[in-house]
Amino acid sequence: MSIRQLELEVMRYDPEQDQEPHFQSYTVPCEEDWAILDAINYVKENLDTTLAYRWSCHMMVCGSCGMMINGEPSLTCKTFVRDLPDKVRVEPLANFPIERDLVVVLDDVMEKLERAKPYIIRKEPPPEDQEYTQSRSALHKFKQYTMCVNCMCCYSACPQYALDSSFIGPAVLTLAHRYNLDSRDQGKSDRLDILADHDGVWECSFVGACSEVCPKSVDPAAAIQQMKVDGAIEWWKQKLPGGKS
Amino acid sequence: MESINADIVIVGAGGAGLRAAIAIAESDPALEVALISKVYPMRSHTCAAEGGAAGVKGTDDSLEMHFNDTVSGGDWLCDQEVVEYFVSQAPRELVQLEHWGCPWSREDDGSVAVRPFGGMKKKRTWYAADKSGFHILHTLFQTSLQFPTIKRYDEYFALDLLHKNGKCRGVVAMEMRSGRFFSFQAPVVIMASGGGGQVFPFTTNGAIKTGDGMAMAYRAGVPLKDMEFVQYHPTGLPGTGILLTEGCRGEGGILVNKDGHRYLQDYGMGPETEIGKPVLKTMELGPRDRLSQAFWHEQKKGNTIDTPWGECVLLDMRHLGEKKINERLPLVRELASSYVGHDPVTDPVPVRPVIHFMMGGIDSNINGETPMPGLYAIGETACSGLHGANRLGSNSLTDLLVSGKRSADRAATYAKETGRREEDPAITAQAEGIVTGVRELLLQSGGDESIAVIRREMRTTLEEGAGIYREEEGALASCQKIEQLRERYKNIEVHDKSNVFNTDLQQALELRNLLDVAETVAEASLERRESRGAHQRLDYVERDDENFLKHSLAFRRPDGRPSIEWLDVTITRSKPGVRDYSGGKGE
Repeated sequence: MSIRQLELEVMRYDPEQDQEPHFQSYTVPCEEDWAILDAINYVKENLDTTLAYRWSCHMMVCGSCGMMINGEPSLTCKTFVRDLPDKVRVEPLANFPIERDLVVVLDDVMEKLERAKPYIIRKEPPPEDQEYTQSRSALHKFKQYTMCVNCMCCYSACPQYALDSSFIGPAVLTLAHRYNLDSRDQGKSDRLDILADHDGVWECSFVGACSEVCPKSVDPAAAIQQMKVDGAIEWWKQKLPGGKS
Repeated sequence: MESINADIVIVGAGGAGLRAAIAIAESDPALEVALISKVYPMRSHTCAAEGGAAGVKGTDDSLEMHFNDTVSGGDWLCDQEVVEYFVSQAPRELVQLEHWGCPWSREDDGSVAVRPFGGMKKKRTWYAADKSGFHILHTLFQTSLQFPTIKRYDEYFALDLLHKNGKCRGVVAMEMRSGRFFSFQAPVVIMASGGGGQVFPFTTNGAIKTGDGMAMAYRAGVPLKDMEFVQYHPTGLPGTGILLTEGCRGEGGILVNKDGHRYLQDYGMGPETEIGKPVLKTMELGPRDRLSQAFWHEQKKGNTIDTPWGECVLLDMRHLGEKKINERLPLVRELASSYVGHDPVTDPVPVRPVIHFMMGGIDSNINGETPMPGLYAIGETACSGLHGANRLGSNSLTDLLVSGKRSADRAATYAKETGRREEDPAITAQAEGIVTGVRELLLQSGGDESIAVIRREMRTTLEEGAGIYREEEGALASCQKIEQLRERYKNIEVHDKSNVFNTDLQQALELRNLLDVAETVAEASLERRESRGAHQRLDYVERDDENFLKHSLAFRRPDGRPSIEWLDVTITRSKPGVRDYSGGKGE
């Protein structure tokens, strides 16, 4: 297999030593079938053991290795050397504080995840010792929105989150919508408050950047669009005579 | 160093750890759970499991049949009371997961669908397309978020156990973002930290799977059981080692050699079945150990295909058609297309056996109890005797749930009976000692050994000595080599001296764990002088029930090397017999 020299420009930042992030360049001999993650691993093993980054599965499901590659939020295990020029810039995901090198602080989205109540909420108990019946079409309604690996690339692409990090943001809104759409769930009204208030769906400005960068084709923009419609209907239901409030 | 008190500490937030945490939170909201994980829960390697989780479902199936498949699949090294309990609880746990929102694939009538899997006589593998582990993990993680008594410590790397008078008292961990050390003190520690496939060079296992829990228990004097039994999955992508699920074959994919011949029929798994109509428990639906061994023989005979990534056979799924592949195997299509440039819809995909799962682990029983009171072990890091000498595909995801729930119930009772203890100077001193060791490792300089080089040499020697086929000389050489590597390890240098997210230090500590685990694998492979399941010896080709119907137990000697002892297998109703994968022809 042929070898290609790649120049990796990697953002470095150690809060104990550096005032500001800076770039460091490495020349990496890459196999043509490598992903960028392989090139970064090459640096770690052979050139510079101090480089810090997250990764694990190398198969697009654990969501650890989201980074900016030439300015695009991407999974590094899913971005291939063959599709890139000879010079590649690797930075930590945009819109998050940098913890160290390519590692970002995820506290904000982890806290938001909890606020979305991403679990089945029931008003009545489930069937005893057997599963709920769920048709394939009922499953199909929300299946796509279960595919999110929480890589947070969508937050890096989101112009609204960049402006105001109180915005709940694409992945978490999508997850809430996923449970709202699940035929087994009865918790839609419990999720209304967090999603419809000022940080929720109405803040989305519909650029659709989240869906463009999503490595799992989850399409958060579509979920948020649907939620706006749902949210408006729910709101009116509650306001109308005979409604809940 | 800061102390954190809890009733139960769980190390590892994958499928097993999360299931246990939820069970404790549900059973008693007064119990505080500290859930420690070196990664965010959704990064845990459970996410990479593809094919599904086994549990009796159809009316034509029975617990008895699932029991028999598991015990014969494990070549009679399974502890049968564990298997009985496991098969009885499997359906309940899978339904529970459904109630929590797991997006299982469905039949036409809206019930959960099941698919065929290797070594299983009936269709009983529940699946969510080919991302079953991913969905199980996310369902459990998301469900766990509703319980305020589960306090998570994400990206805390556990270092070593605290124990006194033979009883477990907690664990010391390092917070990655600050480099600070914490002593977690509790009457119960549940080890749920996964396997250690990273001891081998070519594995489906993610980078995080470094056998940390096994090594911690081992260093604390708890034996590791059946470590010689390491499973090769027969269909890994060459180069990366990425898994292509057994579901590929469950749905009808076939394996062919360079001549297009379905070679499995030549290794006791024939006669050949009709293409596109897979027959349970034969040919491509034989067990993983047999399929991987058949590859080895094909390679010896020169029947494999030379690819840029080494010798391969072909997994042909073209006859399934694009619609079925997209519906049932979308991830497989994406992975094969991206990483080796072969779209299964139009091309056969090159595959080869790849290290996938450790049947062995921390010596535990049906309750997850280990020989150390207060220490429990569940999931892949444990060896309860469920899988025996070869795990059947789709039994392990279910095991996360069954062992997680059962051990949680037992551990909760034990924690309440024992209660929290007063601050103990001896435990504090022990914790300080652990931290001092890590600090010295971080600060020592002038060492001329590299972490990456030692790790590479360890992996190479283990594959040579404890690969698909083993023999005395190779296994012995592997033991000696790993012993040398442990010596050389003392001379490594951690170049990164930062306190913040120091992955250089983490890799050094993981390497210590890997070396401990690797040495037990090599030693147990040397000492088991018979062939059984995934452990095949070229110099002892037969199964030897007279001498080796026993679990191996690797104890750590004072000099750090393992010594092997033996423990009887529990047999309740299935006497050792012949493993028959002739599609019912031999029954």
